[in-house]
Amino acid sequence: MSLLVIAEHDNAGLKAATLNAVTAAAKIGGEIHILVAGAGCGAVAEQAAKVAGVAKVRVADAAHYGDQTAENLAALIVANAAGYSHIIAAATSNGKNTLPRVAALLDVAQISEIISVVDADTFVRPIYAGNALATVKSSDATKVITVRTTGFDAAANSGGSAAVEAIAAGSDLGQSKLLGRELTKSARPELAAAKIIVSGGRGMGNGENYHALLEPLADKLGAALGASRAAVDAGFVPNDYQVGQTGKIVAPQLYIAVGISGAIQHLAGMKDSKVIVAINKDPDAPIFQVADYGLVADLFAAVPELTAAL
Amino acid sequence: MKILVPVKRVIDYNVKVRVKADGTGVDLANVKMSMNPFDEIAVEEAMRLKEAGVATEVVAVSCGVTACQETLRTAMAIGADRSILVETDVDLQPLAVAKLLAAVAKKEAPQLIILGKQAIDDDANQTGQMLAALLGWSQATFASKVVVADGKATVTREVDGGLETIEVSLPAIVTTDLRLNEPRYATLPNIMKAKKKPMEVVKPADLGVDVAPRLATVSVSEPPKRSAGIKVADIATLIDKLKNEAKVIA
Repeated sequence: MSLLVIAEHDNAGLKAATLNAVTAAAKIGGEIHILVAGAGCGAVAEQAAKVAGVAKVRVADAAHYGDQTAENLAALIVANAAGYSHIIAAATSNGKNTLPRVAALLDVAQISEIISVVDADTFVRPIYAGNALATVKSSDATKVITVRTTGFDAAANSGGSAAVEAIAAGSDLGQSKLLGRELTKSARPELAAAKIIVSGGRGMGNGENYHALLEPLADKLGAALGASRAAVDAGFVPNDYQVGQTGKIVAPQLYIAVGISGAIQHLAGMKDSKVIVAINKDPDAPIFQVADYGLVADLFAAVPELTAAL
Repeated sequence: MKILVPVKRVIDYNVKVRVKADGTGVDLANVKMSMNPFDEIAVEEAMRLKEAGVATEVVAVSCGVTACQETLRTAMAIGADRSILVETDVDLQPLAVAKLLAAVAKKEAPQLIILGKQAIDDDANQTGQMLAALLGWSQATFASKVVVADGKATVTREVDGGLETIEVSLPAIVTTDLRLNEPRYATLPNIMKAKKKPMEVVKPADLGVDVAPRLATVSVSEPPKRSAGIKVADIATLIDKLKNEAKVIA
């Protein structure tokens, strides 16, 4: 049995989410191959070959894979799907965009955002914003799976020595074209991979307060910054800060929720964090029901005090 | 230009979901059902394109039980011109829905299909992409801005690191993210008018689609409960606990 893991990358480097997908593949069992589709992505292939447990890296290097458009990528994956029992990607925005297209072209179901593997056909996935866990069994010949990265440890990114093989690129379908990207530039760790996250909610009052209070704290802790949907909707920070059912799902070692009441949709995105700290002036805020350490206090006094004391 | 808007009937987003004691699913008896919030955004976006003179007709379609008629009436109260119900009691999974919608799209020949990026019940995030694949159309998922002109759609997408803008040729599939728009409330006169708008009912067999589920649900369980911890009195105690008890900071 062989499994194909789709590499998440930016043509320059392999993204950490791929390592979680490799671990999920290893739990299913079988020979693990990684597909790297990109433009000028040789460095990514080299990194993928070093991932522990990977037997082979297959590389399709062509200009029309550079922007990871779903139409071209899905066609390439389908053309190379023969012989694989499982096709797996991390549930990143790329993975979520492309894999259902692959599944439909193969006429199989997709199993979205699995958090654990029961056996080669059976998986656990959250439904209803994580308020229930469904164990589902697939009867399809090929299992197309996205992996919730917080459910699986990262595979080691060294120690492997997989063979790298070039595969033929498909033709450019020309159905979609990238015009531009506005990516948030930050020296801070990526939200999805951070060990510590400082997150702000509506209680911050406005965007200036959010930045003035939370950035120094995040700097002290080497933390990523996150936000609740309420803070995003109110325009304090861009949407890619959002943690929750419709934002990012995170599970850091330490999650500090500041001025966040704790709506179900927000809890769905962070309740698997190892340690949760909540700072909120409302003692009845639902966030305290999941917090390991709660501090009922005015955040405008407490946060600077915390930053100063660290 | 015609726009097709698929809508799904789901448990209302305010309802606290309860897992059934026998572990077969969640309890949907006597629970308030509503239109999937992402689909409401899709209907609103279609209406804005119609009001801007880009679209001429908006057709809502839903797949599922008879009660999905209510969801379609809601879509028509927001402004959809007419609707189609693909009626079945079978538990529909995303691939089956995508096949039903593809069959409807082949009959209706829309230039644009706008639907929610995911439904808040199964959180699958698959149907739009699958539909695009089955039709061989381009796709623009997780949209936060849509501009349609000259046979193309320019769509800004919410992606992991921020935003990206792509151009797709029509016909195309667009799936909506939360910030695309704020759906309007249906007014009473429009709710009354929606009752008289046409609704066609078809069966999966009429469309020649096999809707048999591919995934069997073995069990549904409660997630592990996270118990509330302790309240700390002050910052000093908090830092002490984080350093010495939880050991998450140095």
